[in-house]
Amino acid sequence: MDKVLNKILNDYQKNKGNLIYLLQKIQDTYGYIPEDIVFWFSNRLNIPASKFYGIITFYPKFRLKPTGKNTITVCCGAACHIKGSDRILQEVRSILSLREGEDTTQNLSFTVQKATCIGACNIAPVVILNDQVYGDMDTEKVSKLIKGYEKKDEYTGFEY
Amino acid sequence: MNTQALNINSSMNNCYIEIKVCMGTSGRASGGNDVLRAFKQYIQESGIEALIGRRCRYKKVGCRGFCSKDVLVDVIINGNKVTYQSVKPIMVERIVQEHIVNGTPVNEWLTKEDYESFHTKQHKIVLGPCGEIDPENIDDYLNMNGYKAARKAITQMSQDDVIKKVIMSGLRGRGGSGFLTGKKWEICKAQKETPKYIICNVGEVNRPLAEGNPHAIIEGLLIGGYAIGAQKGYIYIRERYHLSVERLRNAISQARDKGFIGKNIFDSDFNFDIEFSFGTEAFICGEETALMESIEGKRAMPRFRPPFPAQKGLWGKPTVINNAETLSNIPIIIGKGAKWFASIGTEESKGTKVFTLSGKVKNIGLVEIPMGMSLRDIVYGIGGGIAGNKALKAVQVGGPSGGLIPLSMIDMGLDYESLAKVGSIVGSGGMVVFDEDDCIVSVTKFFIEFLQRESCGKCTPCRIGTKRMLELLTKITDGRGEDSDLITLERLSSLMTSSSLCGLGRTAPNPFITSLSHFRDEYIAHIRDKKCPAGVCTALITFTIMEELCKGCTLCKKVCPAGAITGELKKPHKIDQNICIKCGACFKACKFKAIKKG
Repeated sequence: MDKVLNKILNDYQKNKGNLIYLLQKIQDTYGYIPEDIVFWFSNRLNIPASKFYGIITFYPKFRLKPTGKNTITVCCGAACHIKGSDRILQEVRSILSLREGEDTTQNLSFTVQKATCIGACNIAPVVILNDQVYGDMDTEKVSKLIKGYEKKDEYTGFEY
Repeated sequence: MNTQALNINSSMNNCYIEIKVCMGTSGRASGGNDVLRAFKQYIQESGIEALIGRRCRYKKVGCRGFCSKDVLVDVIINGNKVTYQSVKPIMVERIVQEHIVNGTPVNEWLTKEDYESFHTKQHKIVLGPCGEIDPENIDDYLNMNGYKAARKAITQMSQDDVIKKVIMSGLRGRGGSGFLTGKKWEICKAQKETPKYIICNVGEVNRPLAEGNPHAIIEGLLIGGYAIGAQKGYIYIRERYHLSVERLRNAISQARDKGFIGKNIFDSDFNFDIEFSFGTEAFICGEETALMESIEGKRAMPRFRPPFPAQKGLWGKPTVINNAETLSNIPIIIGKGAKWFASIGTEESKGTKVFTLSGKVKNIGLVEIPMGMSLRDIVYGIGGGIAGNKALKAVQVGGPSGGLIPLSMIDMGLDYESLAKVGSIVGSGGMVVFDEDDCIVSVTKFFIEFLQRESCGKCTPCRIGTKRMLELLTKITDGRGEDSDLITLERLSSLMTSSSLCGLGRTAPNPFITSLSHFRDEYIAHIRDKKCPAGVCTALITFTIMEELCKGCTLCKKVCPAGAITGELKKPHKIDQNICIKCGACFKACKFKAIKKG
C-alpha cells in the first residue's frame, strides 16, 4: 500500500502541492477517501487532517464513504425539474429503499446522486446509470431500468 | 459489392458525398454514434464508397442547436445539402437507398419549417462553425481561416493594438457581470509583476462551443495570452464533461503539432502553453476569485476585492479570467474587425450572446442572438412558441440567480442594461420557459434551494440568507405561510443584495424579488387562500372525482399507488383524501377528464 501512497505523494509534489489533486488521486485509487489514508498524508505532509476534511466536505465530488457498484444520477437542473425530476429521484430512492440521509444501498449495489445540469435538456428529465444517459424518463421507466439492470438486456442510452 | 450497387448510375463515378452527424452531448444522447455507424455500414455494404473511389466523408459535427430534433444528419451530395431530423439507426438504410443511391431524398424525414425558422432568426457568430466542421480535425478549422487571427495578432500587431481593438469592439464578458473584456486585459497588461496567467472558464453553457469548435477557444486564449503578456493559459473545466475535455485536449495537441502553441509561436519570441485544471462540481467555481482558489487546490471561496484578479490573481500574480464564449469571439474580432463586431447588438451591449433555451418551449436548443433581440422573438420566433398550446407564464433568464420575466414584459430586448433594469442578469446564458402549469412560488423555491446548496458559506448574508429564504418559501408552499413572511423575505433579499461578498450572494434573491413583483397574487393565493393556482404544490391541492363524468372504468383505481381509490366497475369512483398521496397518477391516467385537481 505504501508504494501506491508514495507515488501519489510524488505526484502531489510535482503538482505544486495541490490538495484537490491529491484527494482526487486517493479517490481514483480507492473509489472514496478512507479516513486512515487522510491521516497517513496528514502526518507525512504535516498538514492538519481538518484541512483535508474542509476540502473533502466542500466539494460534492469527494466521498468519505464507499460507493455502490452502480451509480445512478438523476439530473435536477431547471429543465429536468419542471418535467418532474423530483418524483423520479423519490421513486429511485424508494425502489432502492434508501433512508433519509443515505445515498448508497446497504449491499453496496447502488449509489444515488443528483446532478446539476448535464446539458441534455431536450430529452429532460434525464437519468444517468453508470455513464449511460437515458432521456424522457418517468417513474415507470426508471423503475424498469433499475429492476432490469441486472439482466442488462436493453441498451438505449449513450456513453456520457 | 452487391447487385444493388451495380445498379447505381454511372454518373456517380465523380460524385462527392458528405454525411454530417450531429454529435454534441445531445446528439450523442439521442444515439448519434449508432446513426453514424449505421451510415458507414450501409454505404460500405451497398458499395457506394468503392464505386466513387472513397470520395465519401463522414463527419461528426458539434451541436447545431436544434436539439429537440436530434439526431440531425446532413447529407451533402455534390454540394447539395439536405438535413434529416430525428434520425434513428433503423432509418439509415432507407436514406441510403432512396437518397444516396436513387437520388430522391426521403421527404417525410427532412427537417421542416421550424428548423428553418429556428436557424434563420438567429445570428450565429461563435456557434456558426459548430455543426459544420469536424471539431476533431484541425484542417477543418484552418480551412475557415483558423489561426489566421492569432498569426496576425502575434506577428503584425503590438500587444496594445490587440487590446485597443478588443476595447473598440465593445466585447463584454459573457459569463458574469459583463465587464469590458479589453479593459480587463489592459489592466492586467499594465501590471509589472510577472508571470501572468490567463484562464478560460468552460462552464455549462460553453460545452457546445468546446465540443463543436474547440480551436476557436484555444485561438482566443492564445491571442489573450499574447495581449496581456502571459506565457501560461489554463482551461478550467469540469472533469465530468468528458466530451468537451476530450475535444479540447485533442485540439491542443493538434495546435501544438502545428507550432501554434509552444515556443517561438509563428517565429516570434512569444511562448505560450496551455494546461488543464479540472474543476469540481461546485456552482461557486464560476465566480472568478473562487475559481482561482480551486485551481490552487483550496476550498473555492471567493476573495475580497480589490485587489482584482487582473492585479493579483492566481498565486498572487496578475490573471485574466474569461469564459469560453468571450474567448471564442476574439479571433472573429481580430479577423473581421472591431467595427464589424460593434455593428451587431445595441449601443451598450455589442455582439451576440448564446442562450440555452429550455423548459416548456417547442424548440429546445442552443441559440445565438444579436444582443437586444426581444424575448418574444426568441420564445415565439426561434423557440416556436409554447409546447402543447399552453400559455406562457414567465421566462427565467440568466441561470438560477437570474430573474423571472413575466409575459407582460415579453417585448423587452435582451442586453446587459435592460436585463439589469428588470432585476435579471445575462449570467452565463440559461433561459428556462415556464407555462401556465408551473407554479411560480415553487419555481422560486427550486432556484433558492439550489443556491442555498451551492452557497460556499464564507459570508453570513449568503450562507444564512439563502437558508432562511428557503425555509420561508418551503413554509409558503406547504400551506403554512403568513403575510409577514413576505416582508421577512423582502428584507432578507435586500440585505443579501447589498452585503454579500460575491456575485452568488448578491444575485441569489433575484428569482424571489422578480417573482414577487410580477406574481404577487400567486404568493397571496398560497398564503391567504391556501391554494396553489397552478396545482403544483402538493400540500395545497386535492384530487377529487367528479361523479357525473366518471364512467367507472377503474383505470384510476389501478394506477393509484396508495390504494386510495375505491369503486365498482361502471359506477363512479371515490378518492379517500386521508390515504391519497397526491401523486397525480389518477389525474394523468383518467381518459374522461373526470378527476379535478385543485
